[in-house]
Amino acid sequence: MNEQAIKDLLYKLADDQLILGHRNSEWTGFGPILEEDIAFSSMAQDKIGHSLAFYTLLQELGEAEPDTVAFTRNANQFHNSQLVELPNGEYDFSLIRHFLYDNAEIIRFEMLSQSSYEPIAKVATKLKGEVKYHVLHANTWIKNLGTSTEEAILRLQSSLNEALPYALGMFEKSKFEQELIDAGVYAGEEAVKAEWLKRITAVIEKTDLKLPDLESIKPKFGGRYGEHTEHLQPLLDEMAEVFKIDPTAEW
Amino acid sequence: MLTKENILTLLEEVKDPEIPVLSLVDLGVITGVEISDEDHVTVNMTPTFAGCPAMDYMKKDVERTLEKHGISKYTVNMTFDKPWDSNKLSDKGRQHLKEFGLAPPPKYDLILDLDILEHVKCPYCDSDNTDLRTPFGPTLCRSMHYCNNCKQMFEQFKPL
Repeated sequence: MNEQAIKDLLYKLADDQLILGHRNSEWTGFGPILEEDIAFSSMAQDKIGHSLAFYTLLQELGEAEPDTVAFTRNANQFHNSQLVELPNGEYDFSLIRHFLYDNAEIIRFEMLSQSSYEPIAKVATKLKGEVKYHVLHANTWIKNLGTSTEEAILRLQSSLNEALPYALGMFEKSKFEQELIDAGVYAGEEAVKAEWLKRITAVIEKTDLKLPDLESIKPKFGGRYGEHTEHLQPLLDEMAEVFKIDPTAEW
Repeated sequence: MLTKENILTLLEEVKDPEIPVLSLVDLGVITGVEISDEDHVTVNMTPTFAGCPAMDYMKKDVERTLEKHGISKYTVNMTFDKPWDSNKLSDKGRQHLKEFGLAPPPKYDLILDLDILEHVKCPYCDSDNTDLRTPFGPTLCRSMHYCNNCKQMFEQFKPL
């Protein structure tokens, strides 16, 4: 197995979780209702834990230890999709992003749990059960709010339109794409995207929202290769603030 | 002489810091105990939820307990080799959870369908006329429910 290909995949997975985990944590204390405050805070904790699991696999392959990898890289060294780094915006945007992201993530974990690369398969087997709860949460709220008031529907629709180009950016192919597929690591981004489209469509059809024609949308690529929006670096600076003052601090 | 059974008995003392009635053995997070010919004890553990902040504490607690009982040569590993799922909770553990006021996770076959969250049995009155309020609770492993029969909120240890 090409180790570079595996590392590239692990960085994508880990960085997505870390950055979205951080964004989710920004809802702590600000949720529109207590339950949502707790939900986003819990998902933040889960996602940071998931990133740790993948950074630990990277460490086993010779990369630096998880804290170093998480806190000392600059934006152009991150492989997360641009979707996860976008600011939270209002609750409708965070909810739509969470819906679009987690419905893709669970498919990746389902595929990876069957992976020919055993260390990833073990971790993915564990994590897919946890992400199930994230998907349940997202789908329930999209169905509830997407059939509720005119304002809720308008807000969600506008956030959906805004987030979709970035969501399609999640499926940017790795330069090792074919190798990963051939080696049975997972079925690749095209396959994830096809299944994702099926699942999000099934939920959206139960609401008053409309899924725009994806063919007409230009995906926001670049994230997987270190090209990011202006929003990522400030997030990293904030996340690493304590670490940069005192790398040995415990908190 | 040290045996696997001795060690497991010692580990009965180590409780989940957030659910102090539940031992780590009953929780199902101790996935293996090995003792080498030189009496080196290896304990393998696996997290309930990957992001659970109590796992590190539990690992240290296992180490403290081994030391307390005079075991100086040990290694405690946290791995995903045998990933945790809620079916690994022992029957004794389930009973303790219920007495503690936490609905135990229902057992399931092979694939967990989260529809079972809709009518979790109330730990106070055993009614299944209950509703899921939110899949996220005060800790990562708990969901929040409402019992329409005894009209109380309750928490469930989530099936996973």
